[in-house]
Amino acid sequence: MEWSDAGSVFRDGMTVMFGGFLGIGTPAGLVSTICAAGIKDLTLIGNDSGCPVPGIALLIEQRRVRRLVVSHIGTNATAGKQMLAGELEVELSPQGTLIERIRAGGAGLGGVLTPTGVGTIVEQGKQKISINGQDFLLELPLRADVAIVKAARADRAGNLVYDRAARNFNPLVALAADVVIVEADEIVDVGEIDPDHVATPGAVVDHILLARKN
Amino acid sequence: MDAKEIIARRIALELKDGDIVNLGIGTPTLVPRYLPEGLQITLQSENGFLGMGPLNGTPEPNVVNASGQPCGLIPGAAFFDSAMSFTLIRGGHVDATVLGGLQVDQSANLANWAVPGKMVPGMGGAMDLVTGARHVIVAMEHTTRESGAKILKQCTLPLTAAGKVHTIVTELALFRFIDGKLTLMETGPEATVDEVRARTEAEFAVSPDCHPMQLHATR
Repeated sequence: MEWSDAGSVFRDGMTVMFGGFLGIGTPAGLVSTICAAGIKDLTLIGNDSGCPVPGIALLIEQRRVRRLVVSHIGTNATAGKQMLAGELEVELSPQGTLIERIRAGGAGLGGVLTPTGVGTIVEQGKQKISINGQDFLLELPLRADVAIVKAARADRAGNLVYDRAARNFNPLVALAADVVIVEADEIVDVGEIDPDHVATPGAVVDHILLARKN
Repeated sequence: MDAKEIIARRIALELKDGDIVNLGIGTPTLVPRYLPEGLQITLQSENGFLGMGPLNGTPEPNVVNASGQPCGLIPGAAFFDSAMSFTLIRGGHVDATVLGGLQVDQSANLANWAVPGKMVPGMGGAMDLVTGARHVIVAMEHTTRESGAKILKQCTLPLTAAGKVHTIVTELALFRFIDGKLTLMETGPEATVDEVRARTEAEFAVSPDCHPMQLHATR
C-alpha cells in the first residue's frame, strides 16, 4: 500500500484500535492520515489518550473522536475537558483488564474473568462470578474495524518486530481487528527477519507502510 | 530529613534481595536510592519490561518508564507486550508494589486514582497492581496539606482495590494489617503513639513490640 491510499481504509463512525503507551509505539503517520482524510465520529480503543509523545492526541484535539476506551486520560488535558463537557464519551478500563479484553477479542474468547476491580466502581453493571470462593468480574472482549500498529521492522510478508517499550499494546491490537495496517520504521525482504524474532506473524497483517521521516 | 525521605528510607528496608518491584510515581521512585548495600531488586515497568535502571548516557526514544520519561536498562532486562506485563502483575509474579495513596482505611481499602468532579484521570495499571502484587505498600504523607486524616475508618473516594493493602508507611508511622486488623508497628522519628493517634481517624491496635522506625540498614 502507498501512503496516498491509506486514508481509504478509514470511514466515519469506525472503531479503531491503536498501539502505544503515552504515544510511544503509536503510528504517528497513520494518525495524521486519519486526520487528513477528514474521518470523524471514531471510537478509539487503546491504552491512553497520548502525551507527552502525541500519540492519538491529534485526533482528540481535532474532535474526530466520539468515544474512547482507555485506561488513562490524565496526561491529555484536552481529553479531560471534552469528557467533562460531555463532548467525548470515555470508558475507563483498568490497564490489565483492557489488554485482556483486547486479547480475548483477538483470541476468539467470550470474555475474561479478572479479580481486578472487584469491590470498586469498575464492577458496576458487570457479572460477578465466584470460582473456588474468589470473586471475579466477567469482562467482555473488544474488537475493532481497523487496528493501527507501529513496528520497528516489517518484512514484505508482514512479519513484525517491535522496539523496546514501543511493543506494549501493538501485538494484541494486531489480532483484534478486521483490517490491520502497520507503519514500520524499516521494511525488509522476506527472509531477512529471523523467524524466532517475529513478534507478530505476517498472516494477520493486511497493509504495510514505511514510516516517513520527520 | 523530610517526610518523603523518611518514607522512602523505611520502605527500602521492606524489600528483599531478588524481589521484583513495581514503583508508582512520586515518593516511591526515591526508594531505590536507599536500598541496603548489596541488596538487588528488579524493577518492573508496566509499559512492558523488567530491569529498569537509571538513565545512563544518551536516552533511547523507546526506553521510557510508565510515566513516559526516559530511563535506562540493567543487564538482563527483558521487554514484552502489555498482556505479558499484566500477567506478571496480576498473576502474583511481582513481589512488591509501592504506590501513593489519597486515602487508606481500616479495612485495607486504598483510594488513589480519582477525586470525582475534580480529577478523574483513569486508573491506568494501579488497580491491577494493588490486586495482584504479593506485598502492597502504600507510601504517603500521614495527613493532607490541610492536616486532614488520610488513614480513615472508611474511604470516601473511589477505591483502587478492596481489602488489598498490606503495609502503610508515612513519616509518622508504619502500619501493617495483622489478621485483618490495622496495627501500628513503628513510629516515625520523633513521633509518639499519641501523636499518631491524633492524626489518624482509623481505629488501630498498637503492637506490643511497637518501636521507633529504623531508617538505616544495619550490618
